[in-house]
Amino acid sequence: MHVPSSWYLILSALLFTLGVVGFLIKRSLITVFMSIELMLNAVNLSFVTFAHEWHAVKGQIFVFFVMMVAAAEAAVGLAIIIAIFRARGTLNVDQIDLMKL
Amino acid sequence: MHLALFLIFAAFCLAGAINLLLQTHPINSALSLIVVMSSLAVLYLLLGAEFLAAAQIIVYAGAVMVLFTFVVMLLNVGEEEKTHGSKVAKLIGFPAAVVILGVIATIIIEAQKHLGRVALGDQVTTTQDLSRVLFHELLLPFEVTSVLILIAILGAVALARKEGHS
Repeated sequence: MHVPSSWYLILSALLFTLGVVGFLIKRSLITVFMSIELMLNAVNLSFVTFAHEWHAVKGQIFVFFVMMVAAAEAAVGLAIIIAIFRARGTLNVDQIDLMKL
Repeated sequence: MHLALFLIFAAFCLAGAINLLLQTHPINSALSLIVVMSSLAVLYLLLGAEFLAAAQIIVYAGAVMVLFTFVVMLLNVGEEEKTHGSKVAKLIGFPAAVVILGVIATIIIEAQKHLGRVALGDQVTTTQDLSRVLFHELLLPFEVTSVLILIAILGAVALARKEGHS
């Protein structure tokens, strides 16, 4: 049984769009951040599919780098969320509308 | 077999992503994101990326999501407050999301005849192949990333530290 590569790409597009929608409709800062992680994962799936398609190992290595950068980004992002919560006492994005802490 | 596995885990992925949007409590969203990431690891295995499947489980479903759940519990985040967002976001945002999906899907369907098929185990990239390229051709980016992670650790500690203890 074979699965066309395009099915994987369509799944990736669907996950990316769900991430965008989540970014727009969620009102909790931490869930918005989770939607960003969902978008990163969707793009990684495209990378792996194209690496398989063109027999390129470098596509998989790119995913590996994306994972490392995403781990660093998650650590810094969650530290910023903790700092915001300490300063404002809320995580609702509608109430966090000033750049000043 | 491959088709069945793909359909099952693609369904898990989409169900987890939709559940992430529908849940109002952040801890439920975090748990559905773990489902999405674990199913993606299985899809990576189907595509022959065995090292990435293991890394996806360890780094994403393990480390990153532990950080998320830890922060949710540390801050004791409750149910999401239902405030209505801006009108502009509703008027422009949702059509824009539909347009993004439409454009990407149209391009993929147009390009479908140039794309091949995936069979189970037709092209497995072993960890050996991956590390040969990583440590021969891409050694400098790899080392630079380690510096990036060091800076991120320092930045996270500096940001999350309580004020007044300097």
